[in-house]
Amino acid sequence: MKRRFVPVAVLAALLAMPVYGQKKYDPGASDREIKIGNTNPYSGPASAYGTIGKTIAAYFNMVNEQGGINGRKVTFISYDDGYSPPKTVEMARKLVEQDQVLFLFQTLGTPSNTAIHKYMNMRKVPQLHVATGATKWNDPKNFKWTMGWQPNYQDEAKIYVQYLLKNKPNAKIGVLYQNDDYGKDYLKGIKDGLGAKAKSMIVAEVSYEVADPTVDSQIVQLQASGADTFFNITTPKFAAQAIRKAYDIGWKPLHFLNNVSSQVGSVLKPAGLEKSIGLITTQYIKDPTDRQWANDAGMKKWEAFMKKYYPEGSLIDNSNVYGFTVASTLHQVLKQCGNNLTRENVMRQAASLKGFKVDTMLPGVSITTGPQDYAPIQSVQLAKFNGKEWERFGKVLSSDKM
Amino acid sequence: MTKRNLLLLALLLAVACVLPFIVSDYRTFQLTLVLVYATALLGLNILTGYNGQISLGHGAFYALGAYCAAILMDQAGAPYWATVPAAGAVCLVAGFLFGLPALRLEGLYLALATFALGVAMPQLLKYDHLAKWTGGVQGIVIPKPEAPFGLPLNADQWLYFFTLAVTIVMFVLAWNLLRGRIGRALVAIRDQHIAAEAMGINSAIYKSAAFGVSAMYTGVAGALSAIAIQYVAPDSFGIFVSIVFLVGIVVGGLASISGALYGALFIQFVPNIADEISKAAPWAIFGIFMIGFVYLMPTGVAGATRLLLAKRRKSP
Amino acid sequence: MDAFLFQVLAGLATGGIYASLALALVMIYQATHLVNFAQGEMAMFTTYIAWSLINAGMPYWPAFLLTVGFAFVLGVLIERIIIRPVEDAPVLAVVVVFIALLVILNSTAGWIYTYTIKSFPSPFPKEPLFGIRYMSAHEIGAICVTLVVLSLLYAFFRFTPLGLAMRAAAQNAQSSRLVGIRVGWMLALGWGLAAAVGAVAGMMVAPIVYLDPNMMGGILLYAFAAALLGGIDSPMGAVIGGFAVGVLENVLGAFVIGNELKLTVALVLIIGVLLVRPSGIFGKVHVTRV
Repeated sequence: MKRRFVPVAVLAALLAMPVYGQKKYDPGASDREIKIGNTNPYSGPASAYGTIGKTIAAYFNMVNEQGGINGRKVTFISYDDGYSPPKTVEMARKLVEQDQVLFLFQTLGTPSNTAIHKYMNMRKVPQLHVATGATKWNDPKNFKWTMGWQPNYQDEAKIYVQYLLKNKPNAKIGVLYQNDDYGKDYLKGIKDGLGAKAKSMIVAEVSYEVADPTVDSQIVQLQASGADTFFNITTPKFAAQAIRKAYDIGWKPLHFLNNVSSQVGSVLKPAGLEKSIGLITTQYIKDPTDRQWANDAGMKKWEAFMKKYYPEGSLIDNSNVYGFTVASTLHQVLKQCGNNLTRENVMRQAASLKGFKVDTMLPGVSITTGPQDYAPIQSVQLAKFNGKEWERFGKVLSSDKM
Repeated sequence: MTKRNLLLLALLLAVACVLPFIVSDYRTFQLTLVLVYATALLGLNILTGYNGQISLGHGAFYALGAYCAAILMDQAGAPYWATVPAAGAVCLVAGFLFGLPALRLEGLYLALATFALGVAMPQLLKYDHLAKWTGGVQGIVIPKPEAPFGLPLNADQWLYFFTLAVTIVMFVLAWNLLRGRIGRALVAIRDQHIAAEAMGINSAIYKSAAFGVSAMYTGVAGALSAIAIQYVAPDSFGIFVSIVFLVGIVVGGLASISGALYGALFIQFVPNIADEISKAAPWAIFGIFMIGFVYLMPTGVAGATRLLLAKRRKSP
Repeated sequence: MDAFLFQVLAGLATGGIYASLALALVMIYQATHLVNFAQGEMAMFTTYIAWSLINAGMPYWPAFLLTVGFAFVLGVLIERIIIRPVEDAPVLAVVVVFIALLVILNSTAGWIYTYTIKSFPSPFPKEPLFGIRYMSAHEIGAICVTLVVLSLLYAFFRFTPLGLAMRAAAQNAQSSRLVGIRVGWMLALGWGLAAAVGAVAGMMVAPIVYLDPNMMGGILLYAFAAALLGGIDSPMGAVIGGFAVGVLENVLGAFVIGNELKLTVALVLIIGVLLVRPSGIFGKVHVTRV
């Protein structure tokens, strides 16, 4: 009986091989390797994000150790751009023209990616899964070589607004946002979501600069404005300060905290868990410091990966889960490319993921893309903090259905 | 200028003209950036090296020049080459005006005032009410110039030669300015300002003018950088740009025209080398390079070269 | 009116942060006549040392004292090993060494401790004092600590021979040598003391802004402005300057021009004051000899 199955199994294995026919290569790909380029801020004011590049490098070390992708080793070349757009341009050109990479992956930052947007599309080199939540990366008609990855900021803001309009239609809203592209994008999402009501419902908008020591003054301003709803559009340090200060001065608004800063271990804990009760956020990947995932198989896998391949990396930093998840996505795209490693095909495969899941994503969240849909992750779920962990509630929401 | 020096300069120029045909487009682009930085550093050196006024905020004038160029192209459709003198003129006026109150400030106080200028500039660029022109946090994307008159050059090579031409003009002007009466006056004010005044040098005018001219140079460099990068954004002009400029003139050599070029090479290439050495802490490596250069050549690369030449001349 | 009062209180709390670092800047200036741009990063780095000690189980106060001692040694070593060789180089070369120290310490801290924020313990009670909600007990405690450091510094420079010798060495190294002051060691000592004062500042600031490698980056400019506003040779001026900057900035941001330009306008005002009083509000007026 068993023997009969062997040829069938071989056949099945052959059929499962993604691509048949001859090998096709663009610069950066060969029988032996796939060269991928990346820029990250390893120095400068945004160096907190540099850990993403290191996680991705570690991920591909793991892949190579396990035999590579379709027999090819991945060479991941990452340069420091210090979060300075001119340096990003220089480094992107180095990667494309000198190192001859097949494509760029996870270049980080909205201004940095804007700086190379035109160049990459003119050169017809993929600018894949850029690490920014701006909305403009989902524009296949005008920029067919650029694709985002994470849920965009504006859609996230709209999800909070929808929830608010349903549950507290007469809210008086106060917004605290970082005075840069990221903060302004969220702000736009909030205003677009509120539509005509924006003028009457938003009672205070205050901003802060990344170099500000604290946001205490801003929180006092928001409280004084009489706002009873707080959109907290801040990066981790300022999020923790804002949560603590609001609690300390006795301001108890309905508090929406953006996903960027929703980590339990590195934001809510420093702010004080008891001060964080009632916060609402959205999530799409698992939080390594949320105890509900302590025994989760997917997160165990991530932790094992971290310990073996990136031991100096922090186990409480969400960015490392993010890096793992986005690298897994690319892994899948390259698997699907098979032996056709042209830039054209990389984009085609990136745009044909159907319900792809990584263990580190929330249950119910998956990636689907198409030739007209360059926004890989569009599903998120609302969650409320109960003092110990994030309790997810409601359906997994998808922004295309909004 | 001695004959030998002239010969050397001609050789350098010849190399500069041949290089873009030998190296790749990417390297040509990097060399363009070196020229841009050299012009900016020359500007800072006029102020800080020659006139002794410290500036921790020259990135602000660099930003101003870049935004002038970008806004003129974006809003008024001005040709790129016309934006360079315009940016220079705007920065000349801005620098002169800033220099007037700065007259009363010296040393640390001037350092604070300029530091403040450097920190405030990106915030002004982001300011909502100016966003109509500056593009706010998004910045401005501008087109890349192509070679004119059907010259057989690609865009990178053309940009390089355009920048080279501007740089040469700026360097020749600076050389003329600094070797003569004005240059001596600037140095005299730096070294002994009271004695200089006693000799009839109007130090107020000279100091403000030094600020204006210095800002003009840096503004021209800013405009060139905007054209080369094809994008301006507040994030491109953080306070660290100003700090790196200061590092550049000290490492290159204070009060030295050639020092600007050495400094430009340093600030363009050393961070890249640092990044190659360590992804974990590239800034630490960069810092070690800075300390190393200052230890080995306390008067900068230009100063060390001068000493070396003097020694060779002495020993037959 | 309440809103105004609350902003003033919040401004005093942040002003306390600026004041504590400004004190360290005054200290190094008194000893060397230079402003060390790496002072903030040194404070940040030593705060990480304290954090490691406390995390390893050491109680707060021993860790505090040990860190201050460590900072002192670190300061002396930096002066002896890194600054000494460029002593005779142009001032700007020394400034470049400061900048180098700044980036080295910042980058190394990020490398060792990562960039995720850490909460740093406070020795003061958790509950607000006297029912004032707009300043936490820690913020009030930190201000008190700053005032203690201020009085110690004042007494040190005013009443001890060592303080006098140090000021003399900074002002006129040559004459000081002639009267038998060991100028080299005075400089090293000044570095050590400034680092120690900085360490105290770091440990007082960290519970408020959270500990991360960029903790002091934004504070340095404010502290610098505060020190100059008060008068760079006056510890008392630095502290008052710190409070003034903190309150000014908050009031401007909340009531006058909004948060986007508050820093810019605050700096313009400070520079305006300095134009009128170039040696700061409490600084001594210096006469230059030809």
